[in-house]
Amino acid sequence: MIGGLFIYNHKGEVLISRVYRDDIGRNAVDAFRVNVIHARQQVRSPVTNIARTSFFHVKRSNNWLAAVTKQNVNAAMVFEFLYKMCDVMAAYFGKISEENIKNNFVLIYELLDEILDFGYPQNSETGALKTFITQQGIKSQHQTKEEQSQITSQVTGQIGWQREGIKYRRNELFLDVLESVNLLMSPQGQVLSAHVSGRVVMKSYLSGMPECKFGMNDKIVIEKQGKGTADETSKSGKQSIAIDDCTFHQCVRLSKFDSECSISFIPPDEEFELMRYRTTKDIILPFRVIPLVREVGRTKLEVKVVIKSNFKPSLLAQKIEVRIPTPLNTSGVQVICMKGKAKYKASENAIVWKIKRMAGMKESQISAEIELLPTNDKKKWARPPISMNFEVPLAPSGLKVRYLKVFEPKLNYSDHDVIKWARYIGRSGIYETRC
Amino acid sequence: MPAVSKGDGMRGLAVFISDIRNCKSKEAEIKRINKELANIRSKFKGDKALDGYSKKKYVCKLLFIFLLGHDIDFGHMEAVNLLSSNKYTEKQIGYLFISVLVNSNSELIRLINNAIKNDLASRNPTFMCLALHCIANVGSREMGEAFAADIPRILVAGDSMDSVKQSAALCLLRLYKASPDLVPMGEWTARVVHLLNDQHMGVVTAAVSLITCLCKKNPDDFKTCVSLAVSRLSRIVSSASTDLQDYTYYFVPAPWLSVKLLRLLQCYPPPEDAAVKGRLVECLETVLNKAQEPPKSKKVQHSNAKNAILFETISLIIHYDSEPNLLVRACNQLGQFLQHRETNLRYLALESMCTLASSEFSHEAVKTHIDTVINALKTERDVSVRQRAADLLYAMCDRSNAKQIVSEMLRYLETADYAIREEIVLKVAILAEKYAVDYSWYVDTILNLIRIAGDYVSEEVWYRVLQIVTNRDDVQGYAAKTVFEALQAPACHENMVKVGGYILGEFGNLIAGDPRSSPPVQFSLLHSKFHLCSVATRALLLSTYIKFINLFPETKATIQGVLRAGSQLRNADVELQQRAVEYLTLSSVASTDVLATVLEEMPPFPERESSILAKLKRKKGPGAGSALDDSRRDPSSHDINGGVEPTPSTVSTPSPSADLLGLRAAPPPAAPPAPSGAGNLLVDVFSDSPATQPGLGPSPEEAFLSELEPPAPESPMALLADPAPAADPGPEDIGPPIPEADELLNKFVCRNNGVLFENQLLQIGVKSEFRQNLGRMYLFYGNKTSVQFQNFSPTVVHPGDLQTHLAVQTKRVASQVDGGAQVQQVLNIECLRDFLTPPLLSVRFRYGGAPQSLTLKLPVTINKFFQPTEMAAQDFFQRWKQLSLPQQEAQKIFKANHPMDAEVTKAKLLGFGSALLDNVDPNPENFVGAGIIQTKALQVGCLLRLEPNAQAQMYRLTLRTSKEPVSRHLCELLAQQF
Repeated sequence: MIGGLFIYNHKGEVLISRVYRDDIGRNAVDAFRVNVIHARQQVRSPVTNIARTSFFHVKRSNNWLAAVTKQNVNAAMVFEFLYKMCDVMAAYFGKISEENIKNNFVLIYELLDEILDFGYPQNSETGALKTFITQQGIKSQHQTKEEQSQITSQVTGQIGWQREGIKYRRNELFLDVLESVNLLMSPQGQVLSAHVSGRVVMKSYLSGMPECKFGMNDKIVIEKQGKGTADETSKSGKQSIAIDDCTFHQCVRLSKFDSECSISFIPPDEEFELMRYRTTKDIILPFRVIPLVREVGRTKLEVKVVIKSNFKPSLLAQKIEVRIPTPLNTSGVQVICMKGKAKYKASENAIVWKIKRMAGMKESQISAEIELLPTNDKKKWARPPISMNFEVPLAPSGLKVRYLKVFEPKLNYSDHDVIKWARYIGRSGIYETRC
Repeated sequence: MPAVSKGDGMRGLAVFISDIRNCKSKEAEIKRINKELANIRSKFKGDKALDGYSKKKYVCKLLFIFLLGHDIDFGHMEAVNLLSSNKYTEKQIGYLFISVLVNSNSELIRLINNAIKNDLASRNPTFMCLALHCIANVGSREMGEAFAADIPRILVAGDSMDSVKQSAALCLLRLYKASPDLVPMGEWTARVVHLLNDQHMGVVTAAVSLITCLCKKNPDDFKTCVSLAVSRLSRIVSSASTDLQDYTYYFVPAPWLSVKLLRLLQCYPPPEDAAVKGRLVECLETVLNKAQEPPKSKKVQHSNAKNAILFETISLIIHYDSEPNLLVRACNQLGQFLQHRETNLRYLALESMCTLASSEFSHEAVKTHIDTVINALKTERDVSVRQRAADLLYAMCDRSNAKQIVSEMLRYLETADYAIREEIVLKVAILAEKYAVDYSWYVDTILNLIRIAGDYVSEEVWYRVLQIVTNRDDVQGYAAKTVFEALQAPACHENMVKVGGYILGEFGNLIAGDPRSSPPVQFSLLHSKFHLCSVATRALLLSTYIKFINLFPETKATIQGVLRAGSQLRNADVELQQRAVEYLTLSSVASTDVLATVLEEMPPFPERESSILAKLKRKKGPGAGSALDDSRRDPSSHDINGGVEPTPSTVSTPSPSADLLGLRAAPPPAAPPAPSGAGNLLVDVFSDSPATQPGLGPSPEEAFLSELEPPAPESPMALLADPAPAADPGPEDIGPPIPEADELLNKFVCRNNGVLFENQLLQIGVKSEFRQNLGRMYLFYGNKTSVQFQNFSPTVVHPGDLQTHLAVQTKRVASQVDGGAQVQQVLNIECLRDFLTPPLLSVRFRYGGAPQSLTLKLPVTINKFFQPTEMAAQDFFQRWKQLSLPQQEAQKIFKANHPMDAEVTKAKLLGFGSALLDNVDPNPENFVGAGIIQTKALQVGCLLRLEPNAQAQMYRLTLRTSKEPVSRHLCELLAQQF
């Protein structure tokens, strides 16, 4: 039960304030501003407890979204709601900037009325919301009784996310596997920790109420289904992946997943996130960073970094950025790199090396000379890790989409008529190598 | 001083600061700062030398960044370089950076000191001032050591400029405050005093501050300053304000200097020289006269400055306390302020009047304002002013107006702020006691006090009432009557119950004649409050009850019934339980004579300083300049106030008032008044009662240990005789366990710690703890001989297939055990499955060349892995029924080996590991327990029921578990315990 929801800009001025319960007073707004936004020490915990009131906040482009409650609520639920709220706002007016929030405040209050009722989260499906919360206020007058009753039945019905009676000439669906790979590696190349968090995002343009079935190379599913032929199990067992945990969109039938390990659902129209998952085993690391740091006396440092791409040569990685931290007493930097552009960014205390494109099984190198200013305190430089950003067209977890079948018994189109697209994108999360 | 010219402003710095101010977020600010730092680093590192201007600019930026809260670890060298510049602005920035940022242990301190020395030696007054300011700002010990000798020289040098002298005086003051031992006293002190005659007012002001501080330590060295100060003061006071052009502040001539001079004079007694004294009195009178003049300006600064001097004058008058005329005038002046519009003035007036009230000359004058003060207490809006008013009322109180003041304060108490209630309560209590003419008034007042503000009446207050009532026979009857009436209110404060309980217990007999307050009525009145009170009060009431038994034998049956009630005898609080048990026994065992002796009326308390007064002083803290601070009052002032300390009629042995009622000390089981003889009596009374509460008293460890003394049927050598040579003790060749092993093991079924085995050579102690299916056991092997044991090796052996049921990891121990020494061995135990036989502990060693070996059963039984489980009666019976198969149940009927004591049995069952469930079995004599045996492989739920039969001295024990062998084994184990 969320007691209230506030949105602040970067200065701590209140942009949106909606209170759902009486136990949240006006002073709660100020308490959060004083104790969190204007705190002397940066507050890093997303949950802050001030005077028996809990504040859960997320930051979106320098704006603060804070949910407030006096009760002992499920924190994960509150954050899930805040993220969903961000998604909804983004779907309505794009970037969540101060400007946009100010321009759309009426809409935001309208949304807040709809998706939270007395502090209890309600339907937050963008597609469904868009049918009755529109930015053109006039439209509702022209709605026929039929349409209105349709909205009612949808909102209160079993399938709240999908409208009935949608028709497309071309039945088409897009499937994106988006993963972010996180890594911490020792200077010697030993993996200290690695995990992949991924999402399967779907965009569907399908007529009617189709029943979809999604299959991937998850170990449990494959073992369960491949019981009959031992041969197949061993073959596919090699390629199957172990998913540590996963969550699904509300449209997925969990009972069916529990009993048969099959993911079946009626998709909402347009874009939605089908599932989220995490893996920690057998991760494909697209890049290897080999650092070499040599301290020459007290006033000089030599850094050499080699990156190797470790995937099929036919694939192209993009937006590669390597960030090499420099000591705090750096007074000058010379950089030489063979590929891409490198620059010392004093404001970030780092050398930033950017490469636009890089094919698989290649390597590239940068070397830098860093001049240091002798300082008074003898503190040694802590050597923060070298971090990296990139985008590769593969799934580092090894996840493969095996099938996506569509059944629509009422309308006359079959699985073959649907045009399906699948795409894999692997991005870097926190991808660090110690040096 | 050269002003900063416009062209000298640093554009780069201004741009940087405005950039930072325009940053939208913290991150952006940090980015900007990082960029600037990198730029400065590259500039400082750069090969070409920087000119003074850019150096100054960058040092300024660094300083700004530091003040924003970031660490700066470079640039010190550049700042030190700036010190040697000849430009004022550059030098100034250098000094600024150093006074803010330099840490004393830096290597640069030598360079800095050198630069300061150069500047001090230079003839340029501006540079000298900068250096002095830097010393004062840093003020570290190192600085003091380096310059403490130089500064007095500069201060008294004839050719120093005024501004330098001023700075030097303040700098010296700072160093003196930081480390007084460093500043050398010498011939310069005499010359410092003469600075009071300096032409320059600034120098005089600085010098007065310095002298005030210095003379506190060596008053004699600076004695001459008094006459100089007086003449200076008279010159200022009598001057037309136009004389001191620069130092006239809103028509008041040199107010700061005047205040400081008056403060300085307060360090010394009144001047003895008549001329000086006359001049001073004249000054003081002039100040008082000036206060009467109409203000020259309507500005608040004018009146502030004027009043500052006036109040300081009044404090000087109070300090001298020898001029009745001046004191009365001061008092009148303050009286005018009492009704002033300005809250601060009213506050100050009340505060000063507090001190005036304690002076013999002005006390009467202060008393004339009583109505105004009482009015202030009632109507003042500011709580701090009300507090001062209360203080003043307290200070001006004497016998003539005590009743009025006390009643006013009591009335005020009802609406008083929470913050000052406790203090007012204390004050009322003290005044009531001090000026009590008749003690019935005192008792009324205090009872009123408790009624109005019971929560704020501290222990000391009601202790004091009881002390006084106990000590004075004349009020006892009245007190009992009043208390009885007060207690009849439907809701009365707990403190009232305490006072009532105590007084009725002592003097209830004095009012028992009246049928309205007959003994049963008294008792039922008190007992009606009993259940609402805290433990301490209840304990007190129990003491009252036992006293009632003595006073009114007719109430004995009722009171015994109360004491016998389960809520007392089985109270969770040990103190209450103990009191109930002991009083009950005392009342039923002791004869009336004994009772009368034990429960005699309390002897009078010894007179000592009122504990309330002590508390009030503590609350005020030292140095609270009010009348409460007795150190400032001469002893005669007590007589002036007309106070009479209540004198005790008799004096008995001293005892601290805190345990007046014996409530605090936990053990005293006897009735509070227990005279010395009663202790023995009580011991006798209780000696024939059965062995009491094993759970309560410290478990009789000695008795337990002596029980464990091995019976030793054979000689120890025979016992330990094992022909097998101790070359390589494999698990196979351990001997069978010693005959007593089983018995020793049984001792540990319900205990975790104790002595496992002992003979003439060796003692083995055990300490163990178990949690779920894991356990840790410490074995302590003590060598009782004076000879070293060789090849000492204890091993744990699993007979049969125990290995698969129980995993025991042992740590190795040293192979030698010195004579008299003890070694410790840690065993980590994990229960894998349920098991029946305990593992064996085999100990081998060589004693004087002869191999010894010994095998014991390790005290690990299945019940150690019991996890107690609480459940409701319904759940218990449901589970009990679920385990109804015949093989799941094990039952044993056996004869009791030990006395059948419910408490002992309870302790044993708890030690066995199960939870004891109350209110499950319909028969309260029976014990019902439940628990889960945790093993790694499985958990075995277990329910037990023990039915003692006291007549037949038999027990019936029934155990139901989900596994048949476990039921039987547990049943056997437990049966041996009773």
